[in-house]
Amino acid sequence: MPDGIETISKRWIGAAVGRKEDEALLTGQARFIDDLYPIPGLCFAAILRSPHAHVRIRRIDVERAHQLPGVRQVITGKDVLELIGPLPSVVKAPLPYYPIAIDKARYVGEPIAVVVADTRYNAEDACELIDTEYEVLPPVTDLRSATERDAPVIHEAVGSNVISRRSFSYGNPEGAFAAADRVFEFSYSLPRYASTPIETFGVIAQFERAPDRYTVWSNFQGPFVVQPLMANALRVPGHRLRLITPPSSGGSFGIKQAVLSYIVLLAAVSRKAGVPIKWIEDRAEHLTAASASSDRLGTVAAAFTKDGELTGLRFRNTANMGAYVRPPEPASLYRMHAASNGCYRVKNISIDNELVVTNSTPVGLNRGYGGPQFYFALERIMEIAARGLDIDPAELRRRNFVPTGAFPYKAPAGAVFDAGDYEAALSELLRIAGYEELKERRAAARRAGRAFGIGLAAGVEPSGSNMAYVSLEQTPQERRRADRKSGANASAVVAVDPSGQVTVRLCSCPNGQGHATVAAQIVADTLGLHPDDIHVVTEMDTLTSPWSIASGNYSNRFAAIVVEAVAKCAEQVAQKIRLLAAAALDATADEIELHEGYARVRGQSNRGLPFRKAASRAHWDPAGLPDAIGPGLHECAIISPPVLDPPDDEDRIASAVTFGFVIDLAAVEIDRNTGAIRIDKYASVHDVGTQLNPKIVEGQVHGGFAHGLGAALFEELAYDDQGNFLTGTFADYLCPTAVEVPQIEIGHVETPSPANALGAKGMGDGSSMLTPAAITNAVADALGRDDISLPLNLQRVWAFANGHDATTKSRPAISSIRPAGRAVGEMLTGSGKITLFAPVQEVWRRLLDPSELAASIPGCSSLTQDEIDRYSARVTIGIGAIRGTYHAQIELRDKNEGSSLRLLGKAIGPLGFGSGSGLVTLQPETGDRTRLEYSYEAEVGGKLAAVGQRMLGSVMRYLIGQFFRSLERRMRPAARLDWRSWWLRFRRHGSGGEA
Amino acid sequence: MLLCDFLRHELHAFAVHVGCEHGVCGACTILIEGRAVRSCTQYAAQADGADIVTAEGLAPPGTLNEVQRAFMKHHALQCGFCTPGILCSVAHFLRQTPEPDERRVREMLSGHICRCTGYTSIVTAILEAAAMMRKGS
Repeated sequence: MPDGIETISKRWIGAAVGRKEDEALLTGQARFIDDLYPIPGLCFAAILRSPHAHVRIRRIDVERAHQLPGVRQVITGKDVLELIGPLPSVVKAPLPYYPIAIDKARYVGEPIAVVVADTRYNAEDACELIDTEYEVLPPVTDLRSATERDAPVIHEAVGSNVISRRSFSYGNPEGAFAAADRVFEFSYSLPRYASTPIETFGVIAQFERAPDRYTVWSNFQGPFVVQPLMANALRVPGHRLRLITPPSSGGSFGIKQAVLSYIVLLAAVSRKAGVPIKWIEDRAEHLTAASASSDRLGTVAAAFTKDGELTGLRFRNTANMGAYVRPPEPASLYRMHAASNGCYRVKNISIDNELVVTNSTPVGLNRGYGGPQFYFALERIMEIAARGLDIDPAELRRRNFVPTGAFPYKAPAGAVFDAGDYEAALSELLRIAGYEELKERRAAARRAGRAFGIGLAAGVEPSGSNMAYVSLEQTPQERRRADRKSGANASAVVAVDPSGQVTVRLCSCPNGQGHATVAAQIVADTLGLHPDDIHVVTEMDTLTSPWSIASGNYSNRFAAIVVEAVAKCAEQVAQKIRLLAAAALDATADEIELHEGYARVRGQSNRGLPFRKAASRAHWDPAGLPDAIGPGLHECAIISPPVLDPPDDEDRIASAVTFGFVIDLAAVEIDRNTGAIRIDKYASVHDVGTQLNPKIVEGQVHGGFAHGLGAALFEELAYDDQGNFLTGTFADYLCPTAVEVPQIEIGHVETPSPANALGAKGMGDGSSMLTPAAITNAVADALGRDDISLPLNLQRVWAFANGHDATTKSRPAISSIRPAGRAVGEMLTGSGKITLFAPVQEVWRRLLDPSELAASIPGCSSLTQDEIDRYSARVTIGIGAIRGTYHAQIELRDKNEGSSLRLLGKAIGPLGFGSGSGLVTLQPETGDRTRLEYSYEAEVGGKLAAVGQRMLGSVMRYLIGQFFRSLERRMRPAARLDWRSWWLRFRRHGSGGEA
Repeated sequence: MLLCDFLRHELHAFAVHVGCEHGVCGACTILIEGRAVRSCTQYAAQADGADIVTAEGLAPPGTLNEVQRAFMKHHALQCGFCTPGILCSVAHFLRQTPEPDERRVREMLSGHICRCTGYTSIVTAILEAAAMMRKGS
């Protein structure tokens, strides 16, 4: 540690300083990616995406799209193949990942073509005019069926949907389980979900020649280890791919790492189209196809002595990668690996990992990154064991904690826990939660027949990742063949300009975490200035910033690593200022202190000069400086924490720099009649080491909890068993709002980290990793059953609370017609009847008349007869703002002259696809009228399923009803519009049909 | 053209943030004739002649209003992307409900999705701003 850093006065560090970022954000002056127009002549892109989960692309006809006014180019995967290669990952199985489908599309939402136009509106309209022909292949959409022997194979060259398996053993797990007094085992599934930042992805890409180079502005957040991969994919040297981030980024929680695919795609499209391009993702695209947490199947077993000592752990993990492995995956499965003992001192651990691909969106960074999945296994089994051993769950944890005197603690799989006092944190939690009183209330509630439960969850929070941990995916032999990787560089620049003003430059790409504020606090302390005097630049520019592969915002790395670089860099500047002042004040540098804007001789308040004056000499009088002082005041510091070695041959790795601690308690009461969960109490205690800014720490704790709560109660990126994506709007994908997030109790224990000069540990993931486990433990406790799966929505909790089976099996296809009792399928069947003012023969004739059909089909703009009883039509249908033009094929079958016929139809458009069949029967009624009855069943997929499933049934009823009503109107002579028909119409509107 | 797109890309009122384009997240909320309205679910032409205020105009340039100050004090924003929409809703809400309790504030806020803060600090800021405004008026 550099000597001078002890002189940090701690005046600003540790204070709840107001944020530098806020004023611009509050007044609408902050600039996000879509606010930027950095170059003239921008065109706009829209992306046509696969409506199917698994298809071979037969044909993409862009001709009509091209003809739309304003359209510059329409570019398919095959068109950019000459410009891009695949993005590699550490998984060596042959499943190349391109940012656009080349010959197959493997998930709903995979890009198929990019339209470049003069406006976004024109680009989106043109997407609808692209004609596609797909060979639909059977999909694999859940982890269980993906690994079955007869499952369709997504990547033929791999030959299996299991793309990798690795087994690990630390200590002697076999011996521990053989010698155990008690063994507990628990199998679970966890859904995929996403943190959904409110700002979606955005990319501005420009290709220039002489020399060939790309410049891309985007809200990418790192890790910049993928920058060389992107440059490689674009087939340019690294410095010919310049990445720039905007001043502000509207949240990420890891998700914006996945912007990297679009950086590559739109860079190539810009080159192909010959114009700079802006693309802003919409919400449906984001939910459908951006990124997600990895859904999991798992089994965890724990070996215990009868006294409750945890002696062995066994994990079996099956992780869904989605349809491809997008770098830095499969890191989600390995982030927690080195800390697989959690916060416990257990020595014997075995881990079997299996990576699986399915027809779903590729997974990636998401708040907690692998933590929620890991702790769901470990902290559920601790709770289950506590009940089995009849030991209080808090006490069982206390008995197994890494002891307070054991830090730094080397965990069996290689993590080095820097500092902690887990017992103190547990005690604080039980105190602020009122644990004893809660237990009494639980007993009283149960006596009264109410379902009240308490759940705990505890864990370490790895921060500041070792860039090499993902290589655990490879065997030691494979790693030896590759170049060595390790560590986690962080860098910072502190410069003082000729007028004495201080500017700090970071490479940490914040998305709202207040890095500028905290960096200013650190520099202000070191230079004896006020944080307001420090200007902090957080825009990253790979051509001008001192970045490295670990740069970016992920793995809580700011407070774990970046602050060390800032502190060191500020100290370099301080030392130079002291030399400058010493020369001017005829003192030695050691005697100079920087305080309150002055450089003064310590203890002599009248012997000093203003900071600005001391600094400016480096600029204005470089020739006159003493020999010991170099000219200028522009310092850069790059640090690498020393503990982060590469993995050893026993697969042990120091995976992160700091390991904070989080322990949560949830108390819930469940209404058995409705399935509603009332959160009676939620308490959370954190050890983040030194709190650099308590206000920001508090904000992160609340935010992490809200994400954990959403994952526990509401959020699931849902697919049906045909691979249709079902949650493409914020009305389907439910994020917690202010009425669902309760007040929580927060406590802190501070054990300063030795890993950096400030004693801080990384934080931010926090309760997002533990809340799902804590709430599930509480629900399991309340209901007395362990087969609890997430999300705990009303329907599922009601089933659990009433003794039903609610395990997550594959979801019935929204598209399929199923027997009664399958709610989703039922929505898309219906029937109705109508009386037509014409005799049967006339109705029959009109039903078979193409011009009549064209006039009656809602939104039909053209209808042509292909052959007898076969028609092609173009139909425009809108559900709310979602309007699309469909190519429909209609066929008449089973004709019984004058009596009945069957209509078969299928349609495909940019919003998805649908097909259906309807039976129409005619019966004569008195007065030359005809009674027409119809029944239909239909299926849909693509965007329609993702964004419209709640409305599909009623929209379908409406459209079909509209068809027959229109038929009725056309048959009714004007003179017959008597009171009776008015009355019939009135009744129809009142009852809403009979479907 | 959608009103939000018109405000952003024709008038460069970049405080109008677009988060979902289907009227759920609330980031694009603006004041039309003093009422908080989603600008993503109506066309620009529908607002022809209307008096519109975006977050840029909630306080005179270079100053913060009571609510903005309370947001800053209580760390009621992190990434700040949802914030301009919330500020517009709060402006309308506090005019109609000058003495709100926590439940009312949370109900009003439920028309906005914030993924950063967990809402608690926003609720605190709004309640404090309401109290300050009552004291001031």
